[in-house]
Amino acid sequence: MTTVARGALAALVVLALLAILVPELASVDPLAIDDVLGARLVAPFARDAAGAWHLMGTDRFGRDILVRMLLAARISLAVGIGGSLLATGVGIVVGAVSGWWRGTTDRIAMAITDALLAIPRLVLLLLCAALWRPGAMTVVIVLALTGWMSVARLVRAEVQALAARAFVDGARASGATEWHTLWRHVLPNALGPAIVALTLGVGNAMLLESGLAFLGLGVQPPTPSWGNMIAGGRDLIVIAPWVALAPGLALVATVLACTVLGDALRDRLAGEHVRPLGERA
Amino acid sequence: MRVLIHRGAESLLLFWLVVSLTFLLAHLAPGDAADLLVSPSASPEEVTSLRRTLGLDASLPVQYVRWVGGVLRGDLGESFALREPVVRVIARALPISLALGLTSLVLTFVVGVSVGLFQAARRGHWQDRVLTGIGITIFAAPSYWLALALVALFTTGASWWGFPDWLRLPAFGIRSPASTAAGWDAAREVIRHALLPVTVLAAIGAAGIARYARAAALDLAGSDWVRTARAKGVVERRVMGRHLLANAVPPLVVLFALSVPGVVAGSVFVEGIFAWPGMGRLMLAAIAARDYPVVMGATLVYAALVIIANGLADMTLYLLDPRRR
Repeated sequence: MTTVARGALAALVVLALLAILVPELASVDPLAIDDVLGARLVAPFARDAAGAWHLMGTDRFGRDILVRMLLAARISLAVGIGGSLLATGVGIVVGAVSGWWRGTTDRIAMAITDALLAIPRLVLLLLCAALWRPGAMTVVIVLALTGWMSVARLVRAEVQALAARAFVDGARASGATEWHTLWRHVLPNALGPAIVALTLGVGNAMLLESGLAFLGLGVQPPTPSWGNMIAGGRDLIVIAPWVALAPGLALVATVLACTVLGDALRDRLAGEHVRPLGERA
Repeated sequence: MRVLIHRGAESLLLFWLVVSLTFLLAHLAPGDAADLLVSPSASPEEVTSLRRTLGLDASLPVQYVRWVGGVLRGDLGESFALREPVVRVIARALPISLALGLTSLVLTFVVGVSVGLFQAARRGHWQDRVLTGIGITIFAAPSYWLALALVALFTTGASWWGFPDWLRLPAFGIRSPASTAAGWDAAREVIRHALLPVTVLAAIGAAGIARYARAAALDLAGSDWVRTARAKGVVERRVMGRHLLANAVPPLVVLFALSVPGVVAGSVFVEGIFAWPGMGRLMLAAIAARDYPVVMGATLVYAALVIIANGLADMTLYLLDPRRR
């Protein structure tokens, strides 16, 4: 692992720790609205009327933005990781089944995959999110429903290539069932690209989650997520730009760390595959 | 020729699948349009009659046949919110998005490929590292956040730091409010309004393309024919132009097709922030108003754009590269 990748991993771990600890330990409540007039829209590095210091400033209700950002990190990380784990899981199952059995199953599965891939992921996401009740769980499910296709294709190609190898014949010859051969012998060898896609997918899922939250289709206020915090600062962009820009910085840094980590993993696991251009928010 | 017909048929089949999927997704949703449209005080009879006018009382297969038939005739139903045919609503928004999208796409491509090739030529040098860093950072930023940052820069920032007049770019809309400019002045006005949205879209697109172009160029640079050309004593510029770039055309065509969905998706947010009355803004407004016919229609148009781009890329590849025939 390169120094940069190690740094990225360390940054993610630190972020996760801060997200778990700070909102619990902070002296200010990230959700409570107290002295609105004395504390609202305090600029970064400034003190409010009561003398409290705010590293990232405060929002229109006088809530500390940094503490809210760290509370939001819990949701964003959980939804990002949950969404792409589920998407990768579905992708692995579809890809493995259609790569292994081929024939009609394969044709139908790949037709659906192609049709879903033909709709830009964001549009598909908007469509689904608009149709169902907004919330963190919906976002995770919708991310999974719209994100499994590229993994399915990667795994399918991998499984098809492996199916021709001698160890598969060996497993069959020694009496293993089809399922056992696929599950124990082929799939473990086909997971490299899927793991890479998962790591890169986390950053992507977080971007899309924030996009949905920004549009009011994702995690709903008062629960903070980076997206709805940016949305909350949107109409203040001219008078108090930090309200919208600070949460975005956290998002950019996190997605960047995921990308660097994913690239490092790809170099180790997947050889010379060129990274697919992901849909983004 | 047969290959082309085959490919065309495939595209049509794909489009039919998308049409069916949008129908399925819309009908999987809990509740139907009638529940959303009527006022809370409406009587059950009113809901029933509305359901009948909207054609929602028919069985699912009948509704499906009507939907597919409508799509075939170019009839996507009527917008709930605007009381206007969806096709007309989209026809108004699509040219604006296409203009914005195509300009960004071309810029994306030119900037992305140039940066990628430059990086490949300077592989491992500090310029390559800096550009890679900038590229993945832009790629990690959500488009709406980049757009907001530009808005902040050109409103608050412009007055804080005293930008000169020509640099005070308008951040909202396609024309100035109550503008009476005509002819060249009007064109200048629209272009000035387009600068910020195009910058955001092109920056994000170029960041992605540059990575690809760099990888593709390095891949080709390591090939035998490039080594042979160099060994023959061909000058570096000719190696780049005749040997490298000529072989890089097919991957570039694929790239072009791949970047279409990105620009389309990016335009949703970018149009929303910069208040451009295009497809993206239409889609967002329709979602907010639960205007399902418009949402479904816009989805179809987006999908059609991607399918057409992919189809065209495949056909171009086929015409360009004799090995594929």
